[in-house]
Order: sequence, then C-alpha cells, then structure tokens
Amino acid sequence: MTELDAFRTEARLWLEENCPAEMRTPLRSEADVCWGGRRTSFASADQELWMRRMGERGWTVPDWPREYGGGGLSPAQAKVLREEMAGLGCRNPLNSFGISMLGPALLRYGTEAQKLEHLPKIARGEIRWCQGYSEPGAGSDLASLSTRAEDHGDHFRVSGQKVWTSYADKADWIFCLVRTDTTTKQGGISFLLFDMDSPGVSTKPILLISGYSPFCETFFTDVAVPRSNLVGGLNRGWEVAKYLLGHEREMISGMGLGHGETALGRIAAGTVGTEPDGRLDDPVLRARIAIFEVRAAAFRAMSERFVDELKANRAHPAQPSMMKYFGTELNKQRHELLVASGGSNALAWDSERSHNGAAARAWLRSKANSIEGGTSEVQLNIVAKRILDLPGA
Amino acid sequence: MPLFLTDEQAMLRDTARPFLAEQAPVSHLRALRDAADPTGFSPGLWRRFGDMGFTAILIPEADGGLGLGHVEAGVVLEEIGRNLTPSPFLATAVGAVTALAGGSVAQKRRWLPAIARGDAVATLAVDETARHRPERVALRAERHGNGFRLTGEKCFVAHGHVADLIVVAARTSGETADADGITLFAVEKGVAGLTAEVERLTDASLAARLRFDGVEVNADSVIGEVDGGRPGLSRSLAALRAGAAAELLGVGGGVMDMTVGYLRQRRQFGQAIGSFQALQHRAAHLYAEMEVARAAVLKAQQLLDAGDAAAERAVAVAKAMAGLATALSVQEGVQMHGGMGMTDEYDVGFYMKRQRVAAEMFGDTDYHADRLARLAGY
Ligand SMILES: Cc1cc2nc3c(=O)[nH]c(=O)nc-3n(C[C@H](O)[C@H](O)[C@H](O)COP(=O)(O)OP(=O)(O)OC[C@H]3O[C@@H](n4cnc5c(N)ncnc54)[C@H](O)[C@@H]3O)c2cc1C
Repeated sequence: MTELDAFRTEARLWLEENCPAEMRTPLRSEADVCWGGRRTSFASADQELWMRRMGERGWTVPDWPREYGGGGLSPAQAKVLREEMAGLGCRNPLNSFGISMLGPALLRYGTEAQKLEHLPKIARGEIRWCQGYSEPGAGSDLASLSTRAEDHGDHFRVSGQKVWTSYADKADWIFCLVRTDTTTKQGGISFLLFDMDSPGVSTKPILLISGYSPFCETFFTDVAVPRSNLVGGLNRGWEVAKYLLGHEREMISGMGLGHGETALGRIAAGTVGTEPDGRLDDPVLRARIAIFEVRAAAFRAMSERFVDELKANRAHPAQPSMMKYFGTELNKQRHELLVASGGSNALAWDSERSHNGAAARAWLRSKANSIEGGTSEVQLNIVAKRILDLPGA
Repeated sequence: MPLFLTDEQAMLRDTARPFLAEQAPVSHLRALRDAADPTGFSPGLWRRFGDMGFTAILIPEADGGLGLGHVEAGVVLEEIGRNLTPSPFLATAVGAVTALAGGSVAQKRRWLPAIARGDAVATLAVDETARHRPERVALRAERHGNGFRLTGEKCFVAHGHVADLIVVAARTSGETADADGITLFAVEKGVAGLTAEVERLTDASLAARLRFDGVEVNADSVIGEVDGGRPGLSRSLAALRAGAAAELLGVGGGVMDMTVGYLRQRRQFGQAIGSFQALQHRAAHLYAEMEVARAAVLKAQQLLDAGDAAAERAVAVAKAMAGLATALSVQEGVQMHGGMGMTDEYDVGFYMKRQRVAAEMFGDTDYHADRLARLAGY
C-alpha cells in the first residue's frame, strides 16, 4: 500500500508540473478533443504539449507494456493515475481508436513485428486510425459484410465499400474487415491494416444531424495490402473483430460518465432560478435531474467496478455489452436534461456565445451513442444470449 | 482498493449463502406467516447467527466482535434478502451496533456480548411519520430527577415489540425541525409507560408503533452526549441504509434469477417464452439495472468502511438505485410469470412484498434522490 501511495504522490507532482492550466479546464466542445495523427491540427499549443508530454511518458496508454510505448503500470497504478488525473481535472491527452480499439486487439492477436510497428505510434499520437467495419448492407448483421480481399500471395487486393467510417477523411490508417472466403459467413472474414494514402482509397464525408461530418463513405478499388498486415490469420478475422468490439463498447460506455459538463443543477439554477433555500424553482425538472444524478453516480461506481474486474480477469466477456447499453442510454438522458435545463440557451446553433451551438450539437450527437459500436438492441440481444443464457437469442 | 469482494469477503459469502438457503429459505417465512407467529422471527435461528459469527461482524474486536465492516454485513444481508429470511440482523447487528459505537463502556458491556451471542435483539426507533423524516424529531425527553422522561410516538420500528433494547432518538432541546437538540437513549424492554402496538406488514414482517407515556430512564441510558445525538443517529442510519440496500440486492437478485429460470423453462407457442425478443430485452435491461445497483451498493459500503466523507452521498445513491433496480425486478418478475406470479402459492409475490417494505425503510428512492440534490446544492 505504501508503494502505491508513493506512486500516487509522484504521479500527482508530475501531473501538477506538466499538465498545462488550459488542459485542466472542461472541454468546451468536440473541437477540444485531441486525436493526434499525421494531419492533425492542434486546437492550441498547450493541447499539443500535453499530448507529447504524456506520450513520452507512456501515460497516454498507462497499462501497455513499455516496449510498445506504454507506461508499464500495474492495474492498481493505472487506477491511481486515473484518480489523480480526475482529481486535478486533467483532460484526456489523447483520444484515439488506436488506443481504445486497435491497441488491445494487436496486443492480443498481433505479431511481434505488428506490435512494434504500430503500438508506439499510437501511444505517441503519431498515427490516427479509423475503423472499417460497417457497410451499406452490413450494419447490425456485421458478419454479412462483402468488401472483398483477393489473395495474391504476398499481398491482398481489396475492393468494396464501407460506410459510417468515423473520421476516415482525417485518419492515417484503417483497420478493416474484409471477406476472404465467400462460402462461409463469420469464417470467411479477415482483419487487415492499411494506409489510407494507399492508391485506390477514397472517402466522402457524410453530414450528421449535428451539422458536423465526422464520418464518411469509404471506397476501395483494388487496394494493395501487404500480407504482413493481416492480423490473426487468414479467415480468422471475426474473432479479432469481436474482441475489438468489446473494447469499443467499453470505450463508448464511458460516455455515460459525461465529459465534465457543467452540473445539471447549476445550469438549471441559471435558467429557472432557485428558492430561498437553494432548491430549483421547478420541482419537476429538479426531480428528473435528481433521479438522473442517482443513476449517473451509480453508473460511475459500475464503471469503476467493471474496469477493476476487467483488469483482474473477472469480468464476464459479454459485460461490455451491458456497459455500452447502460452508459449510452444514460448519456442520451444527460443530454436531454442538459437541453431541458438550458432552455432556449441550449437551442442556439452557431453563435459564439453558445460555442457554436455546443449544447444542441452535443445533444444531437449523443443520439448516435446507442447506434455506433452496435445498437442498444444488439447489446440487449448479446446480454440475453451470453449472460442470461436465454434460448434462441 | 478494487471494487469487488476480496477473497475473504467471497469466502464469507460462500458460507452465508448455503447457510441461509438451508436454514431459512422462503418456506421458513411462509411457515411463520401461516402460523401467525407473534415473534416475527425464529429465536433459534438468531442464536445460530451468533454461532456463525454474523451478529459480531460490526462489533469491534476490542468489544469482543470480529471488527469487520459494512461490506461483510452486506454480504450476509444480501443472502437474507435472497431467502426473504425474517431476521433481526439489520436492526440489531447493524442499526443498534453502530448506534452503540458512540455509547459508554457500560452500555457496550451490557449489550454487545449478548448481541454477538444471538441472545439479544435491538432496534432503532427513529420514524415518527409514515414517510421517513429523521430530520424531524418531536418525541421529547425532559429532565426528570436524575434522568429523563420520554413522551411521544415512534412508528415502523422493526422488531420493536420484542426488542430487548430500543435505541430512541429523542428531542432534548429545540424544535421538531431543528438539526441539533437530539439525544439517543438506550431504552430497555418492559419499562413502565412504554406500550408497543404490533402491526403485521405486507411482507408478513412485524413492526411496532411505540408509545412513550412519560417513560422514565436514568441519565446513564444516554448514548453519547445530551443534545449531541445527531452524529450517532446519522452513523446508524447510514449503516442501516447501506444494509437495507444490500438486502434489496438479494431480494431483486433472487427474483431475477427465478424469472430468468422461468423464461428458459416455460413454453408457449411451441417454444420457451425466453426466446421472445420482447422478453429478452426486458430481462437484459433488468440485468443491467441490477448490476449497476450492485456496484453502487458496494461502493457505498467500501466508503463507509474507509470512513470516507464521500460515504454520505454514496449511501444515498446506493439506497436510491437499489430501490429503482429492485422495484423493476419484482415488477418484471410478477409480470413474466403470468398468472403464476399472482398466486400466493408461488414465491415471487413474497419478493414483491419484501421489496416494497425494504425500499421504504430508512428512506425510499425519492427521499434519497432529494437528499442528493440538497447535498449538491440544487
Ligand atoms: C456516429 C456514428 C459513428 C459510426 N462510426 C463507425 C465507424 O467508425 N466504423 C464503422 O465500421 N461503423 C461505424 N458506425 C456504424 C454503426 O456501427 C452502425 O450504424 C450500427 O452497427 C447499426 O447498423 P445500421 O446503421 O446498418 O443499422 P441497422 O442494422 O439497419 O439497424 C436499424 C434498426 O434495427 C435494429 N435491429 C437490427 N437488427 C436487430 C436485431 N437482430 N434485433 C433487434 N433489433 C435489431 C437496430 O437496433 C436499429 O434500431 C457508426 C455509426 C454512427 C451513428
């Protein structure tokens, strides 16, 4: 315990010294999220500094092994670091699909060469990844995907279309599910990595209801991919894909924790006013907020428990589905209440005062939480089948 | 500390689970109810709780107990909930023991060993109105000779008609709504002027309305300081709330398991009803609610055990969330059992009744959500 306490002190001192003041303030909008990558433009010099400092220390990925660019921390130390960062209000230095999705899959299924090539670049924020799973004809039924990869011995040739590919136009590399055998469904899928600058790759942004276009249609025409970029073996991609989805769901469930938004009670106090004793002058809204805050606090405990169980290998393998379901439904409720509490302030769309309509756009964006990474209905199917062992699900 | 049971705590659960399932399954409650048993629990079983060491969990080692914490008490309470075992465990080994922690050496010597043996039953008398309002205490204790004279009423006192010791929150100064001016008294069974009107509740448990008609007690029956009872009352209530939340988890978990089992086994339209997606999704949603409630309860117990200031809010979250999740569990439980769920012969209805009572005890979801809002300043 004393060793852990020593680590806590050391971590706090280092964070206090190295986390720029601006990086200890709440995010104002999506634009404040740092993604890294070859073509990134940082929102501020402090954002870049914070990413680089944390990346050098391996603390963008605290519990990855040091040889792959990680911090080499034990689960207990990583938990302490999270607590200290939360205590100081430090922003996440680097948000990326490489960290939350591909990294864990490579650590488990990648060859040594693949790990050494890709993981350190993810940890330092040098390469930004996107996820090529969904297709126009393969959404919830992902395994019905049809993007083809022809086997040419030392390389594959990939042709087909993906859709809803988040940040495909900003990403450097893609991890992509392709069909290498058309005679079986799950058993004919392979998992490939390739550079988005490869000849034959093109993207077309799609506008979301939030007014932003963070995702794209992605087209592949005869893209050459070296065989060394195959992860998990030929026709063995489904297992990798599912393992990665577990991590994606774990990541998305974190939406349930919120992003340090101003407390609902405080926002509502500013719009509906308060009674002399401090209670909101809108008892129905207050009650809705209070019940929400109960559920949000309970979910914070659940997230802590889930991570602890995961690190100790005690979590049910389908538990990420439960987490994703609860966390995303909770986040949608949060944004409903943020907009309700903000009243007409929260409806502004593009004024400076509203940070370019941050509240309204975040509310609309939150609706995707229960769709992306597998819909809520799909998560409930998985829980029913794999955890509750219900028949025919 | 990781947010799951330690190996020792898991061992305790592995002891408590079969013990309660064998000694006091739902049929035990049913038998007591059908016999209109006037005590409300089995004294023999209570002594066996003593033999097992359960009653001594929260008693400090210095006082001859096990010196364990709220997590461990919760482990036992969850099994009590799962089996709907009528037991004075929560009132005595959690409520009274934590109240006595602020008592004199003499009070501890008098009560703790008897509680540890499973001989004595004790309870906390706090509610005065049908909705839990411990902020308001009207029952008065006036100085009289060498001691005090208590006048007023308490209600919803679990085991109040048989308890050997009743810890009473009384007003020694100020007005009903004042935070200060509360004193805790250790009142013994059978004192003159105390009458108990016993009432059987929906779940077949027995609770008492206690009338204090100028009940005279000595000065040494004061637990802690005169006018300084609020912290002790809060400590005891926090323990009781976390405990009731743990018991609720057992109730909700028990009924969820029964229901999922029924979904697998009951056939209609030529297939198990559990193959209908409408029911699968509702069952999966219930599972999620229960898991989240379980985490909230464990978090509160750990913070209580660590003496952390954040425990107050965590306990409110735990009781409120456990109330939400387990209300859903019993409601879905009855619905998904169809007509069977409505019969007295089948156990699921007993779970619904117990859930309702335990959810009300020491503040329901609304009470604790409101408290959380006040603590957060809105
Ligand atoms: C913002 C956003 C970002 C995304 N980013 C990416 C990305 O980076 N990469 C990527 O590959 N994909 C991405 N996706 C795609 C996402 O994974 C899919 O949208 C999702 O899996 C659902 O597929 P679908 O859109 O085809 O809906 P459909 O599968 O057509 O579903 C339509 C409706 O039917 C329901 N439904 C379908 N099947 C069942 C069933 N068996 N039981 C009950 N209900 C069912 C669904 O729940 C849904 O409500 C993103 C999506 C969004 C919204």
